[in-house]
This record gives sequence, C-alpha cells and structure tokens, in this order.
Amino acid sequence: MIENSPELSIPALRAGDRHQFALLVDSYSIPIYRLGLKMLGNQQDAEDVLQITFLKALQHLGDFEGRSSLSTWLYRIAANEALMLLRRNSQKSIRQSISLDEESEDADGEALQPVQLADWTALPESDLLSAESKQHLDSAVQNLPARLRVVFIMRDIEGLSIKDTAEALALTETAVKTRLLRARLNLREQLSDYFGERLHQETHDEPRTQP
Amino acid sequence: MNHEHNLSCQDLLGNLSNFIDGELTDDLCQELQRHMSGCENCRVVFDTMTRTIYLYHAGAQQTGLPEGVRGRLFETLHLDDLLKPAE
Repeated sequence: MIENSPELSIPALRAGDRHQFALLVDSYSIPIYRLGLKMLGNQQDAEDVLQITFLKALQHLGDFEGRSSLSTWLYRIAANEALMLLRRNSQKSIRQSISLDEESEDADGEALQPVQLADWTALPESDLLSAESKQHLDSAVQNLPARLRVVFIMRDIEGLSIKDTAEALALTETAVKTRLLRARLNLREQLSDYFGERLHQETHDEPRTQP
Repeated sequence: MNHEHNLSCQDLLGNLSNFIDGELTDDLCQELQRHMSGCENCRVVFDTMTRTIYLYHAGAQQTGLPEGVRGRLFETLHLDDLLKPAE
C-alpha cells in the first residue's frame, strides 16, 4: 500500500513544481514498477511501464481533479499501460487474448471447484518464501488471465481497497470482487499443487545417502 | 444441529473472498465459521487461500528498483539535476 506522502502538495504539483514531481516519483516508483513487473513478468517491460506512467502523469497532472487519490490515479495510468504492453506483446505471440471487458466474466471456464486439498500452511516461512518458491509464485501469477491478474496485483499484492481497485480499473466493485475470488482460487490451487508436493516429499522422503 | 440456514460448501466457496476481506455481516461470518469447524476440506481451502494471499503480499514487499532504474527514470523525466541519493 502506498502511503500518501505528507510533503506532497497537489497544487504545487499541478503548478509544475519540479521538486514536488521528483518527490512524487520517489514516493510511488517502487509500487508502480512492481505492478509492471507482476503484470508483464520481465524487468524491461516493467521499466517501460514505470517510465511511461510518469511521463503521462507529468503531461496530465493539470487534468488531475482530485476526485480519486493521487495513488489511484497513478495506478490507473500504470494499469492501462501494462495492459496495452501485454496486448502488444501478445500480438507477437498469440498466447492469450487480453480483455478487461465485463461481458467476458464467465468466458474463461476456470475451475472454481477446489481440487487440491493438502494443508501446506504449516510449512516454515523460509520454505514458502525461498528463492525457488518465489519463482513459482511469480509464474503462477503469470498463468492468470490478465483481467484477473491485474485485480489480484492491485488488491492483494499492493493492498488497494476494493473501492480503489474498482476506480483504478474502471470496473464495478462487484466485478472486482468476482475477479478477486477467481484469481485467489486459481492461485491457491496452483500453490497447493506445488507446496502439497513439497509437503509430500518432506514427510515421505527417505534419506538418500547414509552419513 | 438443524440450522435453518445450513451452509453448503458451495455457499462457503462463493463467499470465501468476501469473508477474508471482512465484507460479510456478523451473522454470515458466524455461519461460515460454524461450517468450517465441521468441514475439514473447507477449512483447508480457507487456510491455504489466506496463506496464499499473505505470501504474495509479503514476498512483494522485498521488491525494490533494480540498479540504474531510478537514474534512467529521472533522466527520461528531465529531472536528473534533482537526482539525490534515494533514502
């Protein structure tokens, strides 16, 4: 969750104060970069999203009316850029179609019924957040359809409220909640597959070599 | 034993996300908790989903900007004269 920096003055920003803009950049660049990284899955595209987001913010600060918070406004620009880049990338490799449309709500045919029922929650956090596990967490997010991924990233990774997520993505709160449930079920399934296997190995593995 | 609104596993699943987000009425929360105390599968789904969300959130907090990204960003924005060391 982005903290609204107390030193940021919206009137000064709108008036073109460069020091204020630099402060804005430093306050928000990590979460914006992270959004790009989780959406696109690589550092180069994440950096592109970051740069374009702040270039656009600079151009359009004059239009910022303060109806949403500054962070929601920035997230909206960043999410649009990320989805645009995804679309462009997918034209090269027709791996997935990108759609944020409301009507495709049931189009994915994702299984909502939990299949994996291993309770891996007792695995130590050092295992769950090891470098290898994190790679798996990242690729699981990449497996989500983009319209679910963007909602999950904003709400659960960045910690925006349902309301702010809806605002940033121009979706209804109901649509956000629906997508969030699907995204969470999907990821839970993928992680349970992975960690359930780990759990199985830990409890059944015989030592391979005798000391 | 005979609750009027006995919840099914499907009901729990449909409300799971809102339950985690604290978006449900107290009554419904109690119903869900009652269901989970008697339904091992639903309890596991709830626990692992909560853990999944936690791991993503906790894991991401360690992501910073890679070397050079901040400098290039300030250059792109013509703010490089204001480039001070990041705090």
